Amino acid sequence: MTIDWQAFRLTLELALIVSAILLLLGLPIAYWIAFSQRRWKFLVEAIVALPIVLPPTVLGFYVLVALGPRSPLGRWWINLTGHTLAFTFTGLVIGSILYSLPFAVQPFAASFAAVDRKLIAASATLGASPLRTFFRVIAPLSLPGLITGSALSFAHTMGEFGVVLMVGGNIPGVTRTVSIDIFDRVQASDYAGANATALFLLILCFAILAIVYGVNRKMWTVTSTLSS
Amino acid sequence: MEPAPETLRASIRKQLGQAFHLDVAFEAAPGFTILFGASGAGKTTVLDCVAGTTYPDEGHIAIGDRVLFDAAQRIALPTAKRRAGYVFQSLSLFPHMTVEQNVQYGLSHLSRQDRAGRTSKILEAFRIAHLAKQSARQISGGESQRVALARTLVTDPAVLLLDEPLAALDAPTKSTIVEDLRQWNRDHQIPILYVTHSREEVFALGERVIVLDSGHVVADGTPHEVITAPRQQTVAQLAGFENIFDVTVQEIHPERGTMLCRIESSAPPGQQTAVPVLLETPLVRADVGSILRVGIRAGDILLATSLPQGLSARNVIPGRVTSLAQRDVIISAHVNCGVEMEVHLTLAARDSLQLAPGREVWLVIKTHSCYLMQE
Repeated sequence: MTIDWQAFRLTLELALIVSAILLLLGLPIAYWIAFSQRRWKFLVEAIVALPIVLPPTVLGFYVLVALGPRSPLGRWWINLTGHTLAFTFTGLVIGSILYSLPFAVQPFAASFAAVDRKLIAASATLGASPLRTFFRVIAPLSLPGLITGSALSFAHTMGEFGVVLMVGGNIPGVTRTVSIDIFDRVQASDYAGANATALFLLILCFAILAIVYGVNRKMWTVTSTLSS
Repeated sequence: MEPAPETLRASIRKQLGQAFHLDVAFEAAPGFTILFGASGAGKTTVLDCVAGTTYPDEGHIAIGDRVLFDAAQRIALPTAKRRAGYVFQSLSLFPHMTVEQNVQYGLSHLSRQDRAGRTSKILEAFRIAHLAKQSARQISGGESQRVALARTLVTDPAVLLLDEPLAALDAPTKSTIVEDLRQWNRDHQIPILYVTHSREEVFALGERVIVLDSGHVVADGTPHEVITAPRQQTVAQLAGFENIFDVTVQEIHPERGTMLCRIESSAPPGQQTAVPVLLETPLVRADVGSILRVGIRAGDILLATSLPQGLSARNVIPGRVTSLAQRDVIISAHVNCGVEMEVHLTLAARDSLQLAPGREVWLVIKTHSCYLMQE
């Protein structure tokens, strides 16, 4: 009964990179969703939410096609680097970003929308640009939502399976994540190994989420005591 | 060193929903201009248009030569570039910052040294230097008020917009803040648009008052001009005629310059028939039997606990106190004399007359305290 530490390292690395990129990418998308007055905003919201309801295999399939040599994106990448994006760690990162997007964007957007509009207006009347208003007023007041969104996208990436299988395959040290490892072990009737790995993943995910929600709760408590 | 005094000129037309159309035009010279009106009259929308947090459908807004908005020329400066200081009714201090950080917020373009200098100067001027390091969440209502004003004024705005900023304060706090604000404006000389629905504030601050009703300017002048000579009932109500009655003209005395009018009343409790309440009023052009509307200020009515004699006042009406309520330093008494009238008196007057609900009283009203209004 051995645990594939390499798979664990790879999974953590993937989850960290994906949640970091989603933090950067998710902020402008969430800002736009929270504050845009466009009529077709609902379409963007629907697209962002799609990965929640789509089977991961469907998402993974399209990502695979999009990354492959027949798509413009895939061809461009091959011209640039000489190899295909499919079955690489980079490809895995791209697939995971799409897969976890709503888990970052939705909490971000909800917390932006909850910021008192009068504070945003006050910032503007004091001469602040929208960017300064965002970093000095909106983001600090949305901190719990930002933490929640990052934690959820991290945990969601840790546990993904279908997209990884479709996009990444099962290359040790490159695309072999913990969930693939567990699947592999079950296929090979290594139930003890699968059990140990699964249990470890379960505990790890629980610990991360518990810490994040604990910190969040503490912040909320401080906030509400001060404002009362 | 200060910029020359510059006048705010605004003409604003804006459709708000189906029923409400805002259409106002005014100029505001440096100093206080009060926008007065009931809630929903469009006062805050006017401020929002000047600040640029909302845009008019049509119109033109400028401070001196600087155009902030012009629908025809398609000019609409963003809020941040207008130099319009705006203190909301909600104050909207940044809750995650200290008092000092709040006040420095609008000074990011200055060097650290200038910023610190300006900040400490304004904190002194508004007597909040001792709060500098406190969280904006932890200070009292009056203190928040001062911080919000200081945060806005420190940016050296070209116009100051105040949306009922003092509504929540007690009278003494209010008057010291107003005095500090006046002091500040003696040095800066900018137009201050002050929105309120409180009559006391109009008289306390007013150099000039613009009365808004349902999106339109219905009166414009000094508080005294506007409020002592109301032409329209909306102004009258705003001007504080707590008592407004429909009356029927019963007798006309052109030689005395008066009329006798009957207030339509219901039967007082315990009596079968209604006793008409008669009121002597100034003469206006009206026929016997025509219906007019009369306004009487609660502060213009005297109360007596025995039938007064040897008075010049022509209207002495018996009644009974139905309720007493204290508002700030004024007692508001409701008296049933066939109709219900509101009377204002001081705390001392209540105590020396030993007023209580049920007490029999006489209302004394001078003829010229009865204002006849157009409908």
